[in-house]
Amino acid sequence: MISIEQTYDVIVVGAGHAGCEAALAAARLGCETIVFTVSVDSIAMMPCNPNIGGTSKGHLVREVDALGGEMGKNIDKAFIQSKMLNASKGPAVHSLRAQADKQVYTREMRKTMENTDHLTIRQGEVCELIVSRDGEKAKVCGVKTASGMVYRAQAVVLATGVYLNARCLTGDVIQYTGPNGLQAATHLSDSLRNEGIELVRFKTGTPARVDKRSIDFSKMEEQFGDERIVPFSFETDPESIQREQVSCWLTYTEEKTHEIIRANLDRSPLYGGIIEGTGPRYCPSIEDKVVRYPEKDRHQVFVEPEGEYTNEMYLSGMSSSLPEDVQYAMYHTVPGLENVKIVRNAYAIEYDCINPQQLEATLEFKSIDGLFAAGQFNGSSGYEEAAAQGIVAGINAARKVQNKPAIFIDRSMGYIGVLIDDLVTKENHEPYRMMTSRSEYRLIQRQDNADERLTPLGHEVGLISDERYEKLLKKEEHIEQEIERLQKTHVGCSEEVQAFLEKHESTLLKSGISLAELVRRPELGYEVTEEIDPARPDTLTEAEKEQVEIHLKYEGYIKRQLQQIQNFRKLEAKKLSKDIDYTTIPSLRKEAYQKLNAIKPVSIGQASRISGVSPADISVLLVYLEQMGRKRMQ
Amino acid sequence: MIRNQEDTIAAVATPLSSAGIGIIRISGPEAFTVADRVFQEAGQKAPLLEAPTHTIHYGHIVEDGRIIDEVLVMVMRAPRSYTTEDTVEINCHGGVLVLRKVLDLVLRNGARTAEPGEFTRRAFLNGRIDLAQAESVMDLIESKNEYAMRGSINTLKGKFSEKIRSLRSEILYQNAYLEAALDDPEHISLDGFSEKLITEDEKWITTLSSLISQFHNGRILREGIRTVILGRPNVGKSSLMNLLMGEERAIVTNVAGTTRDTLEEYLTINEMGLTLVDTAGIRETEDVVEKIGVERARQNAEAADLILYVVDGSENLQEEDYEIMELIRTRKAIVILNKNDLDMQMLPRELEFLVQKKVSPFSAKSGEGLNELKTEIQKMFYEGRLTMNDELFMENARQKESLEKAKSSLTMVKNNLLDGMPEDLVSIDLTDAYEELGKVIGESVDEDLINEIFGRFCMGK
Repeated sequence: MISIEQTYDVIVVGAGHAGCEAALAAARLGCETIVFTVSVDSIAMMPCNPNIGGTSKGHLVREVDALGGEMGKNIDKAFIQSKMLNASKGPAVHSLRAQADKQVYTREMRKTMENTDHLTIRQGEVCELIVSRDGEKAKVCGVKTASGMVYRAQAVVLATGVYLNARCLTGDVIQYTGPNGLQAATHLSDSLRNEGIELVRFKTGTPARVDKRSIDFSKMEEQFGDERIVPFSFETDPESIQREQVSCWLTYTEEKTHEIIRANLDRSPLYGGIIEGTGPRYCPSIEDKVVRYPEKDRHQVFVEPEGEYTNEMYLSGMSSSLPEDVQYAMYHTVPGLENVKIVRNAYAIEYDCINPQQLEATLEFKSIDGLFAAGQFNGSSGYEEAAAQGIVAGINAARKVQNKPAIFIDRSMGYIGVLIDDLVTKENHEPYRMMTSRSEYRLIQRQDNADERLTPLGHEVGLISDERYEKLLKKEEHIEQEIERLQKTHVGCSEEVQAFLEKHESTLLKSGISLAELVRRPELGYEVTEEIDPARPDTLTEAEKEQVEIHLKYEGYIKRQLQQIQNFRKLEAKKLSKDIDYTTIPSLRKEAYQKLNAIKPVSIGQASRISGVSPADISVLLVYLEQMGRKRMQ
Repeated sequence: MIRNQEDTIAAVATPLSSAGIGIIRISGPEAFTVADRVFQEAGQKAPLLEAPTHTIHYGHIVEDGRIIDEVLVMVMRAPRSYTTEDTVEINCHGGVLVLRKVLDLVLRNGARTAEPGEFTRRAFLNGRIDLAQAESVMDLIESKNEYAMRGSINTLKGKFSEKIRSLRSEILYQNAYLEAALDDPEHISLDGFSEKLITEDEKWITTLSSLISQFHNGRILREGIRTVILGRPNVGKSSLMNLLMGEERAIVTNVAGTTRDTLEEYLTINEMGLTLVDTAGIRETEDVVEKIGVERARQNAEAADLILYVVDGSENLQEEDYEIMELIRTRKAIVILNKNDLDMQMLPRELEFLVQKKVSPFSAKSGEGLNELKTEIQKMFYEGRLTMNDELFMENARQKESLEKAKSSLTMVKNNLLDGMPEDLVSIDLTDAYEELGKVIGESVDEDLINEIFGRFCMGK
């Protein structure tokens, strides 16, 4: 075989949700970029649930958008139903979720990629990493494909998803493929191991897809989208996306369903011991739910359309790896699914991924210069988690090529920071899913202010236009001015005001008060108080009004969290060198120096989050740092 | 979790070795403000905040208009202090109990308890101590921490920590339910949760209030001189203990049952607190023939400030006696030669020569020698040969501070729910309370919530 060579700036391996964001970011930043996929038809494929967003994941999509990513814009084009989850709860946990038309989602992303300058799409299996070990540190130089072709580049992003040595299991039927019967990548794992990269094995699963015409919807509850649709992208005009929505349906498992599952547990590859990989706790298969929560006599099943132009429906809540005959039997016990026809079986999938502690928070491998990783390959799960890592890896790959310092999103900046820090710092024994409870500064990291938090960085990096950035500055100015105006506007105990308060069952005034104080009252708020606020400007957008209200209502907690963030940043700013050998520091406990040596944290802050490193160990590290600093001065 | 490095800290800066003077040091940006809140200078003087550096002020520590102690307060402005931060040192005169009250007051007025070795650490980090001392600073942090940890384990066995533990697991459960519902609103509903949580929360607040008041009464604070009674079975250990308790019995609280095999009692001799530990008090009555577990005795002896070793003078020394002597060789101990009233097999002088410790002749039957023993203990204390476990003292202050913080977080929970604030805010305060209570019993919080969510509630698709 005659092998030929081509040279690019950045190579991205995989064109799933991580790979797409990485490739787009790198190309948009001016790098000649090539993205490999086992099938061009599977670009940005959604092999599992047909939604984008959801609790905390909606936050991630907003943040990716705020940085200049594509996921938000793409789902705004492809959604067929949209809902703001937790709308009745506090603003920190509002989360947008959309049902996607999977075909449209893939098509639109492919269209965007194909029309992006500097971006080349290439079908083919990457089977080898080319690494040079001439220098002090190993450095990635390119990849080799199954056809023997060599591609050279200064930076490579691995975003192989669930394809590495993948196998799909349905009962005792094992197929050595990636999701949806797509070709698995069987060579790259060995090459990675040869380069000293540690791989682990995870599993995940998906429910069956069934034929809409075989479902009796009269036995299910209809689930509608929101009346007013909120876009994912800060750039999408809300008016442009108000459109007809498709319904989802809700039904429940029955005791009979659970009996069938229990009777056939021995035929499950998970309980039968065939599956080696660790599965996610947050997304249990139906057999897991039945075993782990025996007291529950029913489980919800959401029946969701896979698209507008297909009859396939997704049975959310009933993922499984039980044999086909058991799948039929159990699905048939669910009201509305008595005669359901399966189009695609439910299955579990096992795959190779890495222990992400091998990565820096920039998503570059600690041991190999120029090699980046993103998405499920890093042990995460979910389209949104993948996209969030993808954009960071793509930006940093480009910056590597351009000799610019890597960007680093810390925990105080957003969910992306929490996600990456958790992955590279903490022990992770299952596919990692984002959750709002993982963010310690949740009230600051809302989906509604992702632009304030991350668009400045996106602009600095070069993914956000000047125009968009200036729009943001204007928005912030408007919000600030309005808050100030409300704080300075004095409301006396006039008859009109008292009558207004009485109408809204709010305590009457004894003396004058600022309008801001009234907005703060739970029973009132910004919109309601317009009645007694003649000077209110009518130029504020919906988004700006929302910010004004949130800032005033939750001021106390917001201040508290901002204070915590300040403290957090002080510890993040105390940097630890990679060259420290922690075994040589006296007074560190054994567990602490072992973990510190394994992870090599970049800062005291990161060190403090490693399990097994105690506050006393941190005290010791602080003293050590000062000691080193002074020795250098001498 | 790591605490802020730059807030204001306070601790007792002198060893708690006598009933005389003790110094409370406050260091950090708020030091003067905190001191001004508790200190009233004699005459109409300007606040300490405006006082020149290195000046001494005479006045009183006052709580709600009530004088707690007569004190001298020294003001040292940054950088001219040990830590190089703004520092106030309060010289108290009223003995250990008063010292505790003053510290308590300082902590409730904006300072937090210093971590073990924290003043010294700050002094070093701020360039006050030279490089050569850096390693000893690290050693200090390490050893003080180990001591504090052991201390907290020693004091917090039994019912008290059991209560904290169950409180924590209840809070965690409700918080996990709440978080699970926030993360998976389509599967887990919050309907009616708010009312239920208020009921629970009120219960928790009541429990915490009662625990805090127990701290106030000193029933949980047991930072007296930890005194362990050692000796073979049936040499008169329990009799000695009973005699020492004597008329005190009425006013002390028995914390038996904290562990199955040690009996602890608290008594004071002229303001000097003593925590008496009878190592095998209960076991002996249960099983007379059982020998002392040497290992357990050793553990107790290691944590002790003072050992009272009881020898039966009417019998010859036995193998176990030699083991005990070896154990106490390097420790503060008094040997009590019991059964003075019977035929003695040895003279105090002989025994003194053997163990190289002061030997007190004693009769458990008649009580002869008891006063001499008390005087001897007191003498050791006042001469500074015997010190109280000040890390334990600080540990207690920290624990109480955490209980107070947890209570105030839970109160916020209730107020917010009543005000109709959204549930996710409540979770912030529940988490704070959970973490504070974790500090009390030295348990870490890493991933607890996530594990509880997955462990208890059926999430997701």
